[in-house]
Amino acid sequence: MVSLTINGTAVQVAEGTTILDAARQLGIYIPTLCYFEDLNAVGACRVCCVEVEGSERLEAACNTPVREGMVVLTNSPKAQAARRTNAELIASTHTFDCVSCHRNGTCVLQKVLDYCGVDGAKVAFDALAPSPRRREWPAAAPIQRDAAKCVQCGRCVAACGKLQGIGVWRFRGTGAHSRIAVDQDKPMFAEGCIACGQCITHCPVGALSERDDLARMMEAIRNPEVTTVVQIAPATRTAWASVFGAETGQLSVERMAACLKQLGVDYVFDTSFSADLTIMEEGTELLNIVKTGETDKLPLFTSCCPGWVNHAVNLGPQVAGHLSTAKSPMQMFGSLVKTWWAQKMGLDPAHIFSVALMPCTAKKNECKVPGMQANEGIYDMDASLTTREFARMVKAAGLNPLALEDVPLDNPLGTATGAGVIFGITGGVMEAALRSAYYFMTGEKPDPDGFVFEPAGEGRPWTEATFDLAGTPVRCAVVHSLAKADQLIAAWQAGEVDYDFVEVMACPGGCAGGGGQPIDGSDRECAAERGAVLRTLDQTAYPLRFSHENPVIETVYAEFYGQPCSEVSERYLHVHERQQPFAPVS
Amino acid sequence: MSRLLIENGSVIDNGYTGLGQRIAQRVVAMHAEQCPVDFALSMVRLCSAQSCGKCTPCRVGLFQAAQLMEYILAGAGEEEDLERLRQVAQTMLDASDCAIGFEAGRMLLAALDSFAADFQAHVQHDRCDVKHFAYVPCQAECPAHVDIPGYLSLIAAGRNADALRVIRNDNPLPTVCGYVCEHPCELSCRRAMVDSPVNICGLKRFAADNAEAHTPQPNQPSTGKKVAIIGGGPAGLSAAYYLQLMGHACTIFDVRPKLGGMVRYGIPDYRLPQDKLDEDINFILATGVEARTGVAVDAEQFAALMKEYDAAYVSIGAHTHKSLGIEGENARGVLSAVEFLRAAGEGAPVDLTGKRVVIVGGGNVAMDCTRTAKRLGAASVECVYRRRIADMTALQEEIDEALAEGCQITQLQAPVRIEVDEQDQVTALITQPQLIGEVKRGRPAPVPADLPEQRIPADVVLVAIGQAIVTEPFEFLIPTARGKFVARDDGSVEPVSLMHEGCLVFAGGDAVSGPATVIKAVAAGKVAAANIDEGLGFAHNVFDEVELPEPAPTLPATGRVELTSRTFAEAAQDFDIAKLGMTAQAALQESNRCLHCDHHGFGAVCGRVMFKW
Repeated sequence: MVSLTINGTAVQVAEGTTILDAARQLGIYIPTLCYFEDLNAVGACRVCCVEVEGSERLEAACNTPVREGMVVLTNSPKAQAARRTNAELIASTHTFDCVSCHRNGTCVLQKVLDYCGVDGAKVAFDALAPSPRRREWPAAAPIQRDAAKCVQCGRCVAACGKLQGIGVWRFRGTGAHSRIAVDQDKPMFAEGCIACGQCITHCPVGALSERDDLARMMEAIRNPEVTTVVQIAPATRTAWASVFGAETGQLSVERMAACLKQLGVDYVFDTSFSADLTIMEEGTELLNIVKTGETDKLPLFTSCCPGWVNHAVNLGPQVAGHLSTAKSPMQMFGSLVKTWWAQKMGLDPAHIFSVALMPCTAKKNECKVPGMQANEGIYDMDASLTTREFARMVKAAGLNPLALEDVPLDNPLGTATGAGVIFGITGGVMEAALRSAYYFMTGEKPDPDGFVFEPAGEGRPWTEATFDLAGTPVRCAVVHSLAKADQLIAAWQAGEVDYDFVEVMACPGGCAGGGGQPIDGSDRECAAERGAVLRTLDQTAYPLRFSHENPVIETVYAEFYGQPCSEVSERYLHVHERQQPFAPVS
Repeated sequence: MSRLLIENGSVIDNGYTGLGQRIAQRVVAMHAEQCPVDFALSMVRLCSAQSCGKCTPCRVGLFQAAQLMEYILAGAGEEEDLERLRQVAQTMLDASDCAIGFEAGRMLLAALDSFAADFQAHVQHDRCDVKHFAYVPCQAECPAHVDIPGYLSLIAAGRNADALRVIRNDNPLPTVCGYVCEHPCELSCRRAMVDSPVNICGLKRFAADNAEAHTPQPNQPSTGKKVAIIGGGPAGLSAAYYLQLMGHACTIFDVRPKLGGMVRYGIPDYRLPQDKLDEDINFILATGVEARTGVAVDAEQFAALMKEYDAAYVSIGAHTHKSLGIEGENARGVLSAVEFLRAAGEGAPVDLTGKRVVIVGGGNVAMDCTRTAKRLGAASVECVYRRRIADMTALQEEIDEALAEGCQITQLQAPVRIEVDEQDQVTALITQPQLIGEVKRGRPAPVPADLPEQRIPADVVLVAIGQAIVTEPFEFLIPTARGKFVARDDGSVEPVSLMHEGCLVFAGGDAVSGPATVIKAVAAGKVAAANIDEGLGFAHNVFDEVELPEPAPTLPATGRVELTSRTFAEAAQDFDIAKLGMTAQAALQESNRCLHCDHHGFGAVCGRVMFKW
């Protein structure tokens, strides 16, 4: 332990603790902008500078470890003056479009300027703005960027480089003309972007955002000839409440349905339903491989996460060839709506506008991946909105979700199981698959909470477990965030580990930590807290916790697909050749 | 009323002097990876601030040049702006009245030429395309990219053996380099912005001298591959060390009785004691590298080796001399520096007792000969150089110490012929006095002075004007140009015949680069090792991960610890090490002068080791 005093209060903290963390333990606020817990402590913005007795210069609280006997003053006149000047200098590089900015209210710069008493719009320095050429950005890209708002904190660089191991964003140039950009200003996809959106959720300001598809959505709602169908992904329900000042998980999926109905949406369904469908298809695919002994197809990688699928395709056929052929739940849903459901309802698929509410930005792109068409010339999915877009839509309509009554989801595709709901957390797809696979193999229902995974060991940042399915051991692994997935793949390719079934989620914590989730303006990941909501829902809110028990699943197989992995389901619910998700770069 | 006053510097004058020095230090410590256009702009602004304002090209031209560059940096520049900029620069050069203007024009023109690609990138794409990675400048500047801040933090923590482990990740000759490295790292040390560079080399020597006994990391499992290394100097030793760690069986063939190459047979013992060299060599041999010394590899044997081995690395160094090409050169008493130093290194030095010795040359080898001759009991030692002392390529330190030890350096004398007696024994060196002249290719060239020839009496003349490479035995396979082997940047050679029989052939060290430094040879050996491994179908990683302590806060402006010497009169009597190492107290202070660019500035973003190989 190290003893020090901060603003006159003595405190003891573990060796290696930073001044910032020590101050937080005492409830002392030190402003931070570029800092992000466990990800970015580079001391770049310098608004966290504090005075340390005996040091000529101020020290950055975020990345200076405490020293024995240190006397720290976070609010000395010198620290305050430097902090304020730094805040003003940063403000001079930022375009204040606050009123129209999607980060108004969750902007970290706003908070810092407020604390330092700086009015961003009245900074005494000349604006240091990027040239118009540097602000240009393709309007169709799922990830949008306004260079004039970037404060060069490097959080996107760290998120992309360290969490995802990709490194699309880089520091380029030097001095006052340095900036964060894609190398050579290439399109993001040319540098391996998988559209996960982690750069957006880690951005402290509004420099990064998703492409806003609300206009198309509203146009469809207003068009009387178009039937709008919305599916709601599991993870969105865990997070949207925070936008309206409610506790995480306080507002249910039924309240989302209430909002959507108020907005004029015709049908509201649950993506958890098609998650159950995915389990039927992917689980059967796995069992078929295991039964037929086609071990060269193993491990089978899950294919629910479009960010991961994009990454696997980028890694080449040696990895992509191991992806499950099952489409993602969103795409299965899209296909089902414009085939079986449209027929049932007597609707022309061309006049259905099928929308997904997703915790994800990569889904925007997945909608337009070549081949995702059950009807020729018509994409199965018309739009995918992030949880943030959904919340904006609700706000723009003047709705107060806290004051609405829950509205049940529509039948039949609003029926889900707990197994479908946990798709939104890391490990959930794996667990749901194991629950049903165990039943298919043994004819007995296992304890749904009995599939426990353990850390895979030193240098292996994933979890693993082996389960005995009627005498067949199935070796499973679960990994989230692509930098870790890359490590797993490397270990597998080097022959150090061997698995039969591997769940990969691109975002840390799975969809609960997705790149399309609401941003709370804090400097730590909130996936765990949000994911816990889904766990509780699975354990308490759903009488059925096995995908194969979903009664509507039984109906769609009886009426349409026949059997899992049948010819019909292969046609509509599987992709046999994964194509480059992004148009060739010109 | 006083007619004249003594001018005491004003506050402003003193400010100029102080700031001017610090600007100069900053520029020296600047690494060449900043945006070149931005740099050129600041250069133009500095020139503009020096303009008196009398003449048009300088007063207005520099201002307008800066304006144009501001536009270009702001992304608003066009192709014509570059032409206009060049015209302004040319006009400043051609039509300015004084050096402030015409030299500014010359500098701007040089910038426009050297940085043409980056000016284009700014004009065409509004971006800087310079790949800048020198966030830890010392590490970037070191040819072997040793993690310098890493090992300095270990020295500060008293973990000298761990410091050597860190060094050996990139340089398996830490002791040798602690004694004789030319330390280019110190040139770019950011500490120069505060006071002066950290004495990195001296600290490395401290670590090597004080490390607890330790052994190499275990080799990776045997690959069954065999690598022949021809030449056991720093390049060959480095390649062998890493390849052996990777699991390849390495055999070093060397013509001399002991390993070390020029480090043993070229560097005198008073700069690097041979037992210190042996420490590094024994560490390398402890990995299982086999050494076959006293073996001269000729063409026939080389061909045979390539049949037997999977890869061959030719690192034979530059062990023969260049000749003066003057009359009397083959007389008795004329020796090449290589022969002379080798004899000393082998323990059978030329007896110079009571002799008058003249050395021809101005490089480090000339200084080694000079100081060695002094130690061998010569009655007088005189180094003769055709340029000025200021133009000598030898390290200033070496020159100073040679002078302090009582040697003489005679500048501006070009050898004309060697005078001999009837027994063909040297009696004197005849020189033509020179006048230093115009700068050509960056160096002032001497021209004959209008003075008569001089006679410098001598019993022995040592010729130290450069070394050459014995390429002949390898020329049936390895291409050569200008007396050196030609190898690609990855160390591989493009064979000129098919006689390599599938054996991978690499070459490096002085034999490719020409006479250079130990650390460059180490870097070449390391590059070759990585690419030989790759060529053999492997991707071994032999990086030894050492946990580093959190560095202590850096010291405020503090003088640099310099190594002290024994008294020169005493040191010049023997071959014992002339320089004294740092004390633990000094090493602690000096290592805490490190600014830890790996933790601060951009190093905080990109992390500690950027050159994992």
